[in-house]
Amino acid sequence: MKKLFRYLSEYRKESILAPLFKLLEAAFELLVPLVMAGIIDRGISQNDWGYIAGMGACLAALALVGLAASVTAQYFAAKAAVGFSAKLRQALFDHIQSLNFTNIDRIGTSTLITRMTSDINQVQSGVNMVLRLFLRSPVIVFGSVIMAFTIDAKSALIFVVAIPLMALAVFGIMAWTMPLYRKVQTELDRVLGLTRENLTGVRVIRAFHQEQEEEGRFRARTKALTHSQTFAGKISAIMNPATYVIVNGAVIALIYTGAVQVNCGNLTQGQVVAIVNYMSQILVELVKLANLIITVTKSLACADRVAAVFDIQNPTEIRDEGLREANEAVPGAPFLEFDHVSLTYADAGAEALHDIHFRVNRGDTVGIIGGTGSGKTSLVNLIPGFYDATEGAVRLEGRDVRRMPEGELRKRIGVAPQKAALFQGTIRSNLQWGKPDATEEEMWRALSLAQAKEVAEGKEGGLDAPVSQGGKNFSGGQRQRLTVARALVGRPEILILDDSASALDYATEARLREALKTLKGETTTFLVSQRASSIRHADRIIVLDDGEMAGIGTHEELMENCGVYREIYYSQYPEERAQSPRAGKGGVGNGGR
Amino acid sequence: MAADKRDKPGKTTGKQDVSARTYSQRAVLSKVLSYLRKYWGMVGMSLLLAAASVFLTLYVPILTGDAVDLLVGPGQVDFQALFVTLGKIGTAMVLSALAGWILSVCNNHITYHVVKDIREDAFHRLSELPLKYLDTHAGGDIVSRVIADVDTFADGLLMGFTQLFTGVLTILGTLVFMLAVNIPIALLVICVTPLSILAARFIAVRTYSMFQAQSRTRGEQTALIEEMISGQKIVKAFSQEKAVSRRFAGTNQRLEECSQKAVFFSSITNPVTRFVNSLVYAGVGVFGAFAAIRGVISVGRLSCFLSYANQYTRPFNEISGVVTELQNALACAARIFELIEERPQEPDRPEAYVLKDARGNVELENVYFSYTPDKKLIQDFNLKVKPGQRIAIVGPTGCGKTTVINLLMRFYDTDSGSIRVDGRNVRDITRGSLRTSYGMVLQETWLRAGTIRDNISMGKPDATQEEVEQAAKAAHAHSFIKRLPQGYDTVISEDGGSLSQGQKQLLCIARVMLCLPPMLILDEATSSIDTRTELKIQNAFAGMMEGRTSFIVAHRLSTIREADVILVMKDGNVVEQGSHETLLQRGGFYAELYNSQFAG
Repeated sequence: MKKLFRYLSEYRKESILAPLFKLLEAAFELLVPLVMAGIIDRGISQNDWGYIAGMGACLAALALVGLAASVTAQYFAAKAAVGFSAKLRQALFDHIQSLNFTNIDRIGTSTLITRMTSDINQVQSGVNMVLRLFLRSPVIVFGSVIMAFTIDAKSALIFVVAIPLMALAVFGIMAWTMPLYRKVQTELDRVLGLTRENLTGVRVIRAFHQEQEEEGRFRARTKALTHSQTFAGKISAIMNPATYVIVNGAVIALIYTGAVQVNCGNLTQGQVVAIVNYMSQILVELVKLANLIITVTKSLACADRVAAVFDIQNPTEIRDEGLREANEAVPGAPFLEFDHVSLTYADAGAEALHDIHFRVNRGDTVGIIGGTGSGKTSLVNLIPGFYDATEGAVRLEGRDVRRMPEGELRKRIGVAPQKAALFQGTIRSNLQWGKPDATEEEMWRALSLAQAKEVAEGKEGGLDAPVSQGGKNFSGGQRQRLTVARALVGRPEILILDDSASALDYATEARLREALKTLKGETTTFLVSQRASSIRHADRIIVLDDGEMAGIGTHEELMENCGVYREIYYSQYPEERAQSPRAGKGGVGNGGR
Repeated sequence: MAADKRDKPGKTTGKQDVSARTYSQRAVLSKVLSYLRKYWGMVGMSLLLAAASVFLTLYVPILTGDAVDLLVGPGQVDFQALFVTLGKIGTAMVLSALAGWILSVCNNHITYHVVKDIREDAFHRLSELPLKYLDTHAGGDIVSRVIADVDTFADGLLMGFTQLFTGVLTILGTLVFMLAVNIPIALLVICVTPLSILAARFIAVRTYSMFQAQSRTRGEQTALIEEMISGQKIVKAFSQEKAVSRRFAGTNQRLEECSQKAVFFSSITNPVTRFVNSLVYAGVGVFGAFAAIRGVISVGRLSCFLSYANQYTRPFNEISGVVTELQNALACAARIFELIEERPQEPDRPEAYVLKDARGNVELENVYFSYTPDKKLIQDFNLKVKPGQRIAIVGPTGCGKTTVINLLMRFYDTDSGSIRVDGRNVRDITRGSLRTSYGMVLQETWLRAGTIRDNISMGKPDATQEEVEQAAKAAHAHSFIKRLPQGYDTVISEDGGSLSQGQKQLLCIARVMLCLPPMLILDEATSSIDTRTELKIQNAFAGMMEGRTSFIVAHRLSTIREADVILVMKDGNVVEQGSHETLLQRGGFYAELYNSQFAG
């Protein structure tokens, strides 16, 4: 929570000036009952018309000065609050951007979006409110007490009792409702989640004819939401009546003590009116405060949610000086090396990868094949450091990738991830992700390598054809080819294609493979695939089985000595099994483990 | 404050989706009132309580004034009378506080229940909208209508309830009390107050365009946030954090500028009306004092007047705030009603047939279909499928394979021509029974946030653990589920979270395995599964497909070799139709596709 204030510190001047001008306004307001008391005690009792008119003018002047002070305060408050939220939003955005994959997996997208948007907006309103009111109100309250003391100390003692009571009511209820509002926000998150889910999964839901069940679930969630909303509302509704009772109780006490004092001749009628006026001024202030305190309470709950995102930190990198020095490129080291690497995902029970050990030469093409969930994607994700090896190390030219600057590492590596997503903009702007200053020629080269040339040519505008959010205006196969092009445009040293041809038909995929062959020697390529045909011509093929390496070698070698590979291969080429000398002996099912 | 909460994020994203239909404010208001009707008892009570609480609140200053009048001077105080008056004040204030609290509770109850009803209606409509609507409207926009817009509406409604009634009543009550106490001074107050309203209006009109600019920019920013956060892994993979951050900074700065103006100018309203208020106060003080000198009014009455004058313009402030807030709420409500009143798909006819234990005879006759009239897709499509046959649909990306599924499942209806299942036109069959007669596994795996078990048992919520495991085993998902930290009770996040694409697909298959409907649709059902597992699943599928009519879409020709009929599609048309062997012999498009598999 406190961390958020950092973003306000840039607006220190505004954050101080706003309440200061508010204070000025409040001070002028506090003079009003005194002037009024003068009118009653001197003007009325002495029939002094001139005095009354003069004091009237004085009241108008006070109002004008108050207006000027207040407008100035509003200006500074708006500037500070809006500026603060802009800074905060930027910082949160950058922070989210800096989170590693493990954290992204853990938090989930939709809640990050609400926190970036509606939560920060609420915080902004809160800050604005605090700057404008939370200083004004105490000043009015304490100022009234002081003024009351100047009139009559005995009566003022009643203020001293009443004010802590009011503070107790206001802050007690605030403390009570805060967690309630937080709960409301969580329930709202759930309703949002279910709505989203029903839109993305509409086909499946309708296919299973689950519309009614979904409505039932939705009802249950809105019911929970409504319940927590009404409960929170019920509690915060106590605030107004409670303060009202306290203030008027105090007024009764004031009038009574006033009566006694007037009877003794210690006080005048006008003075009693002034004191009562101060008390009702406090009431007006408190009613305002109570109405707004809900906003503040909500925004504190939201601030907590924002701060919670800031609290999520990537694990601190290893700062061992010795290791850093050792992290220089080692001449003669293998280009890329997996040194007994294991990986366990956070919160996961079992290892996703176990003791992976291999070396790759520059320019090689490496195929990775294996069953669903065998760890293919996990393995390639270690190379650009998306996840960190939990045991062992991945080394590029002898340097541990965990200790290489992220920017450098990722610049050298081009990735086409499994899930093909593009970003709003144009084909050009998407390709520029791979290389910001890519020339037209480089882009067309990447497109034609990725077999996406016809995609760009087929759209009106060519490279400048618009891409809608997520690339929705392209088919799955087109998207995949464009993501491959995006990975290629920067001519990376290492290219990782994670099942990037799954939505392509065989003919297109074959052409893509042919094109990639031309990169040989220049680019080290990792091809993840389910299809034996996609990787069979790779220089080396890594066969994964349940997170372990079941074999490594060329197609021919693996056919010779890796049961798992043989099994995969024959499952796709059943005709060849018949011709294989081993086939009859039942290599399927028991080989390799 | 009204200013700051005026718009929720996302409200303006996807503006292009807003249908042409717009409602007048009056129409929206009458719809809102119809939602309120259900709670008329509470609304009535709320009105009564508001009146009571306002009356008591206004009565207290009069009593206070009376009390002050008793404090004439030394030795002249009538304590007897004073105690009576003080007692009255005490009673009035306790009653007023009580009324105020119950009033708030009522208002909360009404607002949040109306909101609940509206959300539920909106959600209900979502389940009836044709897929055409859902496919062509941005999901984010629909979500923000159901969530953010309803929320803003709720805020507005609540404010309306709590402040509009009491505000109006307070003004009227104050006027009556003031007129009762002293007519000339009351008239003075009445003459000056319009100033405050005029000032508030003047500012509101000026700030409206600033708020519009703010909403627009905010919408743009939300779209950017949504895109970048959901595609964050790719952002990182390309080290684009800085570039993206700069882009964000751009919109963020524009937003800052717009917001600053909007927030500042709208926040002037309060000081200005307070200023007018102070002038009223000064006026009452001066003229009240003159009147007191002439003996027209007592000092106590004057103090009561002053306390009215102090609070009198506050309701005006509130009302002007409420009016802008209400206008905003109505604008949001209009967006929700647009959704609620969107034309639903044609409902099943009451006499529609409930398809049970379908034999699996499927016939398509002269089917024409296109998503948009200007882009022809499926034309004169004919197909006869005998029970138990396997139909494979192949062809390059975008040739219309998925469209065939959309038609079979009645996600979309044909433009002309008919589809018959077991001799009945699908339009005469209830959608629910038709769809549950198909087991469908799509390429785009969809899982819900929940446990693995919930996901598998989706089509059969009352399935036993044993049945669930059986299905998972058949889909070869059991072993990986077992390895998850909590097995079948492992909670997965939206979109499957950390599961691999293939694992998600296995779960989708298990989901179908559990229900085993009489017909199957497999759209790239095994595209992300490795071939070895696929081979095993194929065996399970083969068992499943035994005696079941099945439609299979796949790129992997090896998986469809054994189909009875292969439909080869290109550009929305069936260009070839026949068995694997005959098509290969023909040496046409299919043969070309097939041979390319070995070209690498």
